[in-house]
Amino acid sequence: MSTILDITGVDMAFPTPQGDFTALKGFNLKINKGEFVSLIGHSGCGKSTVLNIVAGLYQATTGGVILNGKEVTEPGPERAVVFQNHSLLPWLSAYQNVELAVKQVFGKRKNKQQTRDWIEYNLRLVHMDHAMHKRPNEISGGMKQRVGIARALAMQPDVLLMDEPFGALDALTRAHMQDSLMEIQHELNNTVIMITHDVDEAVLLSDRIVMMTNGPAATIGEILDINLERPRDRLALANDPEYTRLRAEVLKFLYEKQRKVETIHDKKNTKSQPLNGSEQAA
Amino acid sequence: MNSTSSTAAQSQPPSRLANHFQTIFNSLVNTVAIPLTGISVFLMIWAAGAQSIDTSLGAFPGPAAVYQQFGKLYLEHNAERAKADAFYQRQEQRNNQRLDVDPDYTVKVRSYTGKETFADQIATSLVTVISGFLLAAFIAIPLGIAVGLSKTLNAAINPIVQIFKPVSPLAWLPLVTMVVSAVYVSPDPLLAKSFLTSMITVTLCCLWPMVINTSVGVAAIDSDLVNVSRVLRLSALTHVQKIVLPAAMPMIFTGMRLSLGIAWMVLIAAEMLAQSPGLGKFVWDEFQNGSSSSLSRIMAAVIVIGFIGFLLDRGMLQIQRLASWDKNSAAR
Repeated sequence: MSTILDITGVDMAFPTPQGDFTALKGFNLKINKGEFVSLIGHSGCGKSTVLNIVAGLYQATTGGVILNGKEVTEPGPERAVVFQNHSLLPWLSAYQNVELAVKQVFGKRKNKQQTRDWIEYNLRLVHMDHAMHKRPNEISGGMKQRVGIARALAMQPDVLLMDEPFGALDALTRAHMQDSLMEIQHELNNTVIMITHDVDEAVLLSDRIVMMTNGPAATIGEILDINLERPRDRLALANDPEYTRLRAEVLKFLYEKQRKVETIHDKKNTKSQPLNGSEQAA
Repeated sequence: MNSTSSTAAQSQPPSRLANHFQTIFNSLVNTVAIPLTGISVFLMIWAAGAQSIDTSLGAFPGPAAVYQQFGKLYLEHNAERAKADAFYQRQEQRNNQRLDVDPDYTVKVRSYTGKETFADQIATSLVTVISGFLLAAFIAIPLGIAVGLSKTLNAAINPIVQIFKPVSPLAWLPLVTMVVSAVYVSPDPLLAKSFLTSMITVTLCCLWPMVINTSVGVAAIDSDLVNVSRVLRLSALTHVQKIVLPAAMPMIFTGMRLSLGIAWMVLIAAEMLAQSPGLGKFVWDEFQNGSSSSLSRIMAAVIVIGFIGFLLDRGMLQIQRLASWDKNSAAR
């Protein structure tokens, strides 16, 4: 397996009125072709910043990203992004949304018939061929996200970037979407970077889980290799001791080593104490 | 047995049928009866009030007088048209006669110079307001898009827009009149100067709401949609065409409806002030004329002005429904 994406020494500082805010510090990651990598960490730890730098939507303050031997300087369809809130153009149908991407990326390299076949193939891949000509406001949240994924896949990206793609969906729909994604991944073997908050999702889908420390100046805390056999089945894995161990590893990292939750507890305690005091006084 | 079954059959469906009729009746009351009642009450108050107001031009016209006046205006229009037709017929006859006598005669065709009728004035005003509005849209929408896309341009243009927006276009009118007279010099003008003056005044007042609404609509585009465009590397033109324009469409139409409403109000005033042909001139001429029927003719014009304003707004709404993807924003 060869390295397709190389993130080296990335720092990211955002200018604020109080001086620069360092979101990322010394972020290094190599990703192989066909690998599925999850980024996990508490809110505000800079996961999205990493993704946006790889996408080219942000420029790293120092360090950089090399994709296929070329430095990333601007956004482009070879690094397609699936946004958290689908970001479909509401005035276009599912088909037209994918069409916009296909026409832009392939242009005259595909004739009319090939273009149509390619759009329909991608929509079929995400099981949206039955509602191709519906507008985003006529389909459910899960379906919108499916179209968003179809649009990204249709660009035939070298790396597929997913920013909490299922974060806004309910648990059942999310499980469906994860299964769909595994199916597609099995068929196409894309290189994927996915941001998630969901420990089960990360373990189920990934080849590696990149666990990030809390910001500011966040960086990689640990990297966990997931060597579960594919294809994976969520029911069979539920009783798999290896799955349980990996899950526990991630949880341990998030809730023991990076104790962001503790500080929230502390705040609650300090808030509840005066209340107790006043009760005693009464 | 027969009687019991029939009563059972009667007692069930009628309640459902009655419900059905009840809903139809309710919607009829809401959409027809209540507005009609409102209008009749208004007419009664108007009729009663009109009788008790005496002006130097006679009693204030009630609904009946205005209604009669509509009939008269229509007859006058027909009479004037008949005169015009007769004039053109005579002219043609005369020209043919002269051609028969002298085949080398170059035919002179003169247009009829009779008085403009009420219908002519309506047509003039409509053409003026629509051309002024279209000219403004032609300038304001591209400008608004540019301002919405560029913060620099916005900072540069915003103060100018904010200063000129509250200026009554009537203040512009003398300036426009003088500039048109000075700049538009042609021995055989395609467009009348008075038409240009009114049209440009309308344009000046239409510009600002459209620039502001378009730029706000463009600046408020969801940043995710902009990111989609960046990931796809859409060219600037395609970006505007495929993302910016549709996204800002509801706001652009809001601006256009506002503008058109203002334009119609301003045009009537401008026509009165500048004595350029149109409904405003009709009102002013009748006022200056001071005959016993003047007030009822002005009142007829007022009603027509209101109706046209209403129809212009509805027309704009209809265009918005056809053109905009966002059917919700076009509901009001």
